[in-house]
Amino acid sequence: MTEPLIDAHAHFLHAGCGRSDWAEVNAARFRAGDKMGITCHVASVLGSYGFNSPTYFPSPSDVMAGNDAMLALCDTEGERVRMLVTVNPNYTERALAEIQRCAARGAVGVKLLASRRADDPLLDPICALAAKHGLPILHHIWQHRRREWPNQEISDGADLARLARRHPTVTFILAHIGGGGDYQHTYAAIRDVENIVADTSGSGVDRGMLDEAVGALGSQRLLWGCDLTMETGLAKLRALENTGLSSADDIKDIRWRNAARVFRLKSPPAPGASPPQAASRPAPKARKKRARK
Amino acid sequence: MIDVNALIGPYPFRFIPHPDPELLERVLDREGLSGAWVGHLPSAFYRDPSSGNAQLYTALAPHAATLKPVPTIRPDWPDWERALGVATDAGAPAVRAYPAHWQLGPGDARMSELALACGEARLALILTVRFEDLRQRHALDAAGDLQAAAVRSLARAGPRVRLIVTAAGREFIEEVHWGLTPAEQRRVVWDFSWVWGPPEDHLAKLFRSIGSERFVYGTQWPLRLTQNPRANLDLLPDDLAQAKLGNPEQLFAE
Repeated sequence: MTEPLIDAHAHFLHAGCGRSDWAEVNAARFRAGDKMGITCHVASVLGSYGFNSPTYFPSPSDVMAGNDAMLALCDTEGERVRMLVTVNPNYTERALAEIQRCAARGAVGVKLLASRRADDPLLDPICALAAKHGLPILHHIWQHRRREWPNQEISDGADLARLARRHPTVTFILAHIGGGGDYQHTYAAIRDVENIVADTSGSGVDRGMLDEAVGALGSQRLLWGCDLTMETGLAKLRALENTGLSSADDIKDIRWRNAARVFRLKSPPAPGASPPQAASRPAPKARKKRARK
Repeated sequence: MIDVNALIGPYPFRFIPHPDPELLERVLDREGLSGAWVGHLPSAFYRDPSSGNAQLYTALAPHAATLKPVPTIRPDWPDWERALGVATDAGAPAVRAYPAHWQLGPGDARMSELALACGEARLALILTVRFEDLRQRHALDAAGDLQAAAVRSLARAGPRVRLIVTAAGREFIEEVHWGLTPAEQRRVVWDFSWVWGPPEDHLAKLFRSIGSERFVYGTQWPLRLTQNPRANLDLLPDDLAQAKLGNPEQLFAE
């Protein structure tokens, strides 16, 4: 592998998430990432992942603890891991302070969950601050919102499009086209909103999903990613090379160049680059609980 | 290696590109697979699958060396036993059934009769947990996922029953497996087209807990990317890199 590969949608666990196997899961992400040739994981921590407060409605203290864990991981891993700062827009002042704090320490973007509908005015000050810092916003998305679902205030492509139109200088990353819901609705909803790009992550590997994404958005508006299932990320990577829809140059864009542009990465790590303190990573521990997504 | 979970034909709820046997053969070649057991996707939604089975046999005839027909048999339809005889005569290695789509609940005696009859004919019975993620389904797609209880019930129906359960996730597999006796467990194999890989490593955990030989290779083409199960195997931890999968052609040798 000679090209960089940026996972634009990754998550890491931490000691406060209530899982005894948190370090094992993180190590598995690095193990699989190394096999796949991932040179940079752009990642966030989602509060306590439901242990102290709900994953998609994290309390301010859980948000801060999660971001602290993410900052510590960035310190350990160097350019191999880049951080998105997670915030809950229901706590405006805390959210803004958290963005300031983490941006000062190198966060390359903002992560919004499903704590508030994407087109809610409460998101405006967050977007304004993101614009000031030149940070993109990765927004958790349910592809085609047809009803409410428990434990999330879900948003879809149409909701995000309304927000993006209000903040044309911010780049919004529509999360995981394979993450559940009707991605075909999403493509129609965001096709004409140029400041929205989409990431390809999620467990869904429907045939046609990528073809239609390239057709609707173009290769320059797609970021490759994995989220919680790295095998589907690898499958999509291989599928891109087999579809014949994208040129070799387009595939480079999806693999890493679009992400490098959106996250303003001056030097995406080259293949084979070692993290500065990889040996200090915590050793895997035994598993007790499992993911729920 | 054989893909036990391939289909041809259109899907009623979304467009899928080129669901044809000609393309399937090319995909198998690209993926290094020697053949596929192929069902007829629209038949899952037909009231009477007979016409779909006829289409399947006709469509696969020119590809007999690599593509084996897996007809759909509905045991609450009159004269289904005849369809089973036709399947045997056609060289089918298995038949497909969709009890959730036919509103045949767990424990339905007609499904047990089909499973037993398939076993006597040395045909595997292929069950499908889902075609699509629950969150994206069309409003008219109201069948719901297959229940684990339905699989347990069929596995207990008799010693000659052989089930291939496709599109199940880790929790479903574990619920069935640990709810069966060791003898019943040996009647069930799983494809891993919907099992998560890293970082949660569900596939690795299942290989370690219930054994890699209880899994067979299935893609759910043309609905899903054929690259997915291969990617899952490629990302297994090193100690499982040589894990041996079950051989669907040897199901009745056990």
